[in-house]
Amino acid sequence: MATTTKEISIGDMGARASAHQDELQGENMAINVGPSHPTTHGVLRLMMELDGDLIKKCEPVVGYLHRGDEKIAENMTYNQFVPYTDRLDYIAPLANNVAYAMAVEKLADLEVPPRCAAIRVMVSELARISSHLLGIGVYGMDAGAWTPFMYTFTEREKLYTLFEELTGARFTTSYTRIGGVARDVPEGWLQKVSDFCDQFLPILEETCNLLTRNRIFMDRTEGVGVISKEDALAYGITGPNLRASGVDLDLRKDRPYLGYDQYDFDVPIGTTGDCYDRYLIRAEEVRQSVRIIRQVIKSFPEGSWYAEDAKKIYAPQKGKILTSMEELIQNFMIVTEGPRMPEGEVYFEAENPKGILGFFVVSKGGGVPYRLKIRSPSFCNLSILPKIAPGLYLSDITVLLGSLDFVMGECDR
Amino acid sequence: MSELIDSLQPRFEGLEPRPSSDHPAMQCPVGLLLPLIECLRDEFSYSLLCDVTAIDWEEESPRFSVVYHLYSVKEGRYVRIVTNCEDDENPSVPSIVALYPGANWHERETFDMFGIRFEGHPDLKRILMWDGYPYYPLRKEFPLAGIETELPDAEIAEETKAKVLPAPMMGGPFVAADGSPMSKSEPRAKDQSWTEWKKKEALGGNDLDK
Repeated sequence: MATTTKEISIGDMGARASAHQDELQGENMAINVGPSHPTTHGVLRLMMELDGDLIKKCEPVVGYLHRGDEKIAENMTYNQFVPYTDRLDYIAPLANNVAYAMAVEKLADLEVPPRCAAIRVMVSELARISSHLLGIGVYGMDAGAWTPFMYTFTEREKLYTLFEELTGARFTTSYTRIGGVARDVPEGWLQKVSDFCDQFLPILEETCNLLTRNRIFMDRTEGVGVISKEDALAYGITGPNLRASGVDLDLRKDRPYLGYDQYDFDVPIGTTGDCYDRYLIRAEEVRQSVRIIRQVIKSFPEGSWYAEDAKKIYAPQKGKILTSMEELIQNFMIVTEGPRMPEGEVYFEAENPKGILGFFVVSKGGGVPYRLKIRSPSFCNLSILPKIAPGLYLSDITVLLGSLDFVMGECDR
Repeated sequence: MSELIDSLQPRFEGLEPRPSSDHPAMQCPVGLLLPLIECLRDEFSYSLLCDVTAIDWEEESPRFSVVYHLYSVKEGRYVRIVTNCEDDENPSVPSIVALYPGANWHERETFDMFGIRFEGHPDLKRILMWDGYPYYPLRKEFPLAGIETELPDAEIAEETKAKVLPAPMMGGPFVAADGSPMSKSEPRAKDQSWTEWKKKEALGGNDLDK
C-alpha cells in the first residue's frame, strides 16, 4: 500500500520543470483583439502582450472610424453640422445635439427661452436613460448575463418610439437648431413620457435585480479594473467612470446649464472605482434622470421653443416664410450663408451620458466656424487602458471594456 | 475674470490676457508653458486637463497656436492657455504629459492633425490616421476631399494597386464653397446628374422616352 503512494516521479517532473522555467515564462504571447470583435463594441483594436492569461501590456489602437468631423465642420454652416453631431455618440444623439447647440449659442451670447431649455433638459435625460440602458445591458452581456440585455432593449425601443414622435427620426435625430429646437413637443407627448417613466421604473428594478446581487456578475466585476481617484483625474476620465472613482464632478450640478439648478436630483458617487461601481453608478443615474424628467413635466413652461429675438440665427417658421417678404429674406440668408455669428473663441462642455462632451469653437465671424474641436469623453476614457489593463486576466478585458461604456463614433470623430 | 491672470502676471513675465468670449484666457510664451501649467495645477487646483488642441491661422505668423483647457474640480472654473509655435515650418511646443498623463493622446492627435511636435512626448505617433500617412489633415491647405495616397499596408497596395482616393465631396451635394459669390456657395446639390433621365441603352431605348 505504501509503495503505491510513493511520488518520486512527480517530484522529478517538478524538478525538471523548474529547470526549464526561465525560458517558458520568458516568452510573452502577442494577441490582437479587434478592430472587429464583439468585445470592443465597435472598431477598437487592442494590441496585447500576454504572459499565460495575464495581461502584460495593452495598447489600444483607435481611428478606424475617423471621418474628419472637425474638418467637415470648417466647411459648412453651423446648422448644417447638427446632423454630424448625431454620429458622435450615436447611442445618445439628442444629448450631442443639445451640447453642440449650447456651444454655438454661447458664442452668439444667446439665451434660449425656458420652454426650449425644458425640452432640451428632457431630451438630454431621455438620451441618458437610453445610453445607460444600453451600457448596462451590453455590460451584463459581456459578463455572461444575457437576460438584462433583453429587458433594457425593450425599454430602449419604447424610448425610440418617443424620439420618433418628437423628432421624426428614431436614431439620427438632429433635433436642435442654433437658437432653439426644430419643433415644439407634439400634443400629448409629455403624457406619453410620463407614462413611460411610470412603467419603466419597476422594469429597471427588475433588470437591476438580475445583476446587482448576481453572484457571477459580482465575482467578475468586483475589484476588477480599479481606477484610483488620482489616476482618473490625471487621465481626464469623466462622466460615470470618474464618479465611480469617487470624484464629485457633474457639470449639471457644478456649472448648471439649461436651468439644471431648478431640478432636484442627486449625483451618485462611487467608492472603489472598480467595474462593479461603474455599473452601480449608471443604474442610479438612470433613476435620477427619471426624477428630473418628472420634475420637467410638472413644471413645463409655456412660451416659445426658439429664441424669437435671434432673427439672424434661428430660421423663421415655415408659415411666415411663405407669406412675408422679410421672413423669406431672413430664411434665405440663414440657409445660404449660415447664422450670423460674432468673432470669438468659446469652449463649452456638457455632461453627456458617456462623460463630458466639449466643443471648442473659434469664429472669425460669418456662418461657418473657423475651427471646431470636439473633446470627446470616450477618447479620454479609453486613454487609461494602457494603465489599468496590465495585471488583469484576458477574460477581464471584456468586463473592463463593458464597464467603461465607450462609443467609437465619438472616440474617432 | 482677470484676477487669476493678475495674480500670475508678476511671476510669469510675458504672460498676457487673451480676448475670450467666455472663460479667462491667457497667451503664454512657449518657454513658460510648463511652469505655468504646473503652477495652475498645484497652486490653483486645476486638476483636470480637458483638452489640448491647435488652431491653424493659415497666412498669419505665428501660424500655429496650441490651446489648452484646464478645469478646476474644486471651484468649478475653466481656464484657457494659448501658446504660439515659434517656427511655422516645423512647429513644436513642450509636451505636458509629465504633468497630466491624459495629455498623451491629445498631443498625439494634435500632432496627427497639425504636425505640431511635442518635445518630450514619450511616444509621439499618429493616432487617428495610420502610421506613415504623409499629410496633416486639419491644416488649412489640406483639401476637404482628401488627397490620393497609398494604402496603409504596403503588401496589399503592391498586390492590388489600389489607392486611397479623395472623397467626391467638394463641389458635391451640400458643401458651401468658400469665398465665391453667394449664388455659387449656396448649399444645394450641385451635381444634378442623378435626377436626369437615363436611357437604358442595353434595351435599345425605353418606351417612356417618347
